[in-house]
Amino acid sequence: MTTAAIPATPARTRAVPPASSRPGLPGALRSELTKMLSVRSTYWTLLAFVAASIGWAVLDCAGIASHGIGGAFNATEASLTGQVALGELIIVVLGALVITSEYSTGMIRTSLAVMPRRGVLYAAKAIVFAAVTLTISLVTSFVDFFVGQAILSSKHYNATLGQPGVLRSIFLSAAIVMVFGLLAYGAGAIIRHSAGAITAILGVIFLIPLLAQALPNAWFADLQRWLPGGGALEPIARSAPPIDHNLFSAWGEFAVFSGYAAVLLAIGAWLFIRRDA
Amino acid sequence: MIEARGLSKRYGDKLAVDDLSFTVRPGRVTGFLGPNGAGKTTTMRMILGLDRPTAGSVTVNGKPFAALYSAMREVGALLDAKAVHGGRSAYKHLLCLAETNAIPRRRVDEVIGIVGLEDVAGKRSKGFSLGMSQRLGIAAALLGDPDVLMFDEPVNGLDPEGIRWIRLLMRSLAAEGRTVFVSSHLMSEMENTADHLIVIGRGKLIADCPVAEFTADGTAQAATVKTPDDQRLAEVVTAAGGRLERGEAGDLTVRGLSAEQVGGLALTNGILLHYLAPSRVSLEEAFMELTADSVEYQAKARA
Repeated sequence: MTTAAIPATPARTRAVPPASSRPGLPGALRSELTKMLSVRSTYWTLLAFVAASIGWAVLDCAGIASHGIGGAFNATEASLTGQVALGELIIVVLGALVITSEYSTGMIRTSLAVMPRRGVLYAAKAIVFAAVTLTISLVTSFVDFFVGQAILSSKHYNATLGQPGVLRSIFLSAAIVMVFGLLAYGAGAIIRHSAGAITAILGVIFLIPLLAQALPNAWFADLQRWLPGGGALEPIARSAPPIDHNLFSAWGEFAVFSGYAAVLLAIGAWLFIRRDA
Repeated sequence: MIEARGLSKRYGDKLAVDDLSFTVRPGRVTGFLGPNGAGKTTTMRMILGLDRPTAGSVTVNGKPFAALYSAMREVGALLDAKAVHGGRSAYKHLLCLAETNAIPRRRVDEVIGIVGLEDVAGKRSKGFSLGMSQRLGIAAALLGDPDVLMFDEPVNGLDPEGIRWIRLLMRSLAAEGRTVFVSSHLMSEMENTADHLIVIGRGKLIADCPVAEFTADGTAQAATVKTPDDQRLAEVVTAAGGRLERGEAGDLTVRGLSAEQVGGLALTNGILLHYLAPSRVSLEEAFMELTADSVEYQAKARA
């Protein structure tokens, strides 16, 4: 490292052109994309997600192809369950990290010192994360579907893209992954600690449905459709209407989960804007 | 220009910053001094809008930080050199900051050149030494070519060459007409750097004056003397409002009086002096004297 020359211009000439407009969302979006794509954890997490999503589809469909099918088989669901059940957990980690890593490294102070409009920063982070995640998960859900159906086609169990509900399932199983990531992003903004936020979201996804099963059967039946995870995720990967009539339709359950995410995102935004950084 | 008016910050039942009012003016280096825990960093965090004041207000160029048109073009700050994502390269770190305020890429290369990090710009900052991290933080502060610059303890952990470099940089930034506000808990660092001092202790303003005035202050005057008649000199010095201290080598230091005054006293009282010299009290000593009551955690005071 050499000692740099000191800039010594007597009359100051501006080294940076003046801002043509007040820095806002467009710049913040570019910045957040650079941030997300310039750390290795993003790539490792997304790679793990792709492997889990496609891996599960291959294993599940190969197993079904060799063992045969039972009564209520849904070929679309068989290829997409992995993305929804396992992939979502990995994206939860990424969604939390996008914001909690700013706190664990102290970067948040630098970020806010260059972009003091906190709402803009918060929104930009969420939008970039959602866009990157949805892009990848859309690719994997199509890959899952085609690879899965190709395996199942050896026994002629396969579904085709043109069948009713199939495209919806592919799209929703990609979108739900993003929604869970945003849930974790909101939790990350509230808790500001990676492990804490991830644990909280996994607890919500797994523990609440589990605890709810201890309720009297009639209550559980009424409640199940509102639970943030577990069986209520099933219709999303399913192309046919749910077998369990206690659940909403695919879009209905998707709306329920999105509602949870919206609430956490809103609380996170409120705290992000108000709290000392 | 930074203006604080009645700035206060309370954490629980602890008042970290207590009714601070000061103005940091352009064209000079203003040292922000105080013992550790005096509230310097908290004050800087409030200037940057990171923390909300409990009472009072602080503005930069007449506006609250969050209301600035383009924050990076007006204020550049280095609060904590390690407050970066260590997994990101120095270049990408600076790029993602520049992008928020639509600062062109060539300026990123420029500031990397100014701080001399060309060779490691592509490397992840995790492996940077403290000195390199400080340079990266300074590069970030310079990105928007701002009129106001703030550095929190910028020379902490630097080698002499690095300290000299930062000193020259701060002086040249001030010479360009910028406002330079730099905190330190070490007076000695400010001696050759700052033009003006704002001294705080326990969150309260202790002094706000030019450096020269700070050392020329009555309490900071002193003289070194040698005399065979310690006893009598002590009497007359004390009577004149001074204080006599015994040095290690058997010589005496008179505090609170100038060498001229001591010489005059000796003559009128007929005391023989073997040696008399004005002793320049360092900023460090003046600072210690001023902040002695406000040091928050005194080693001996632990119960």
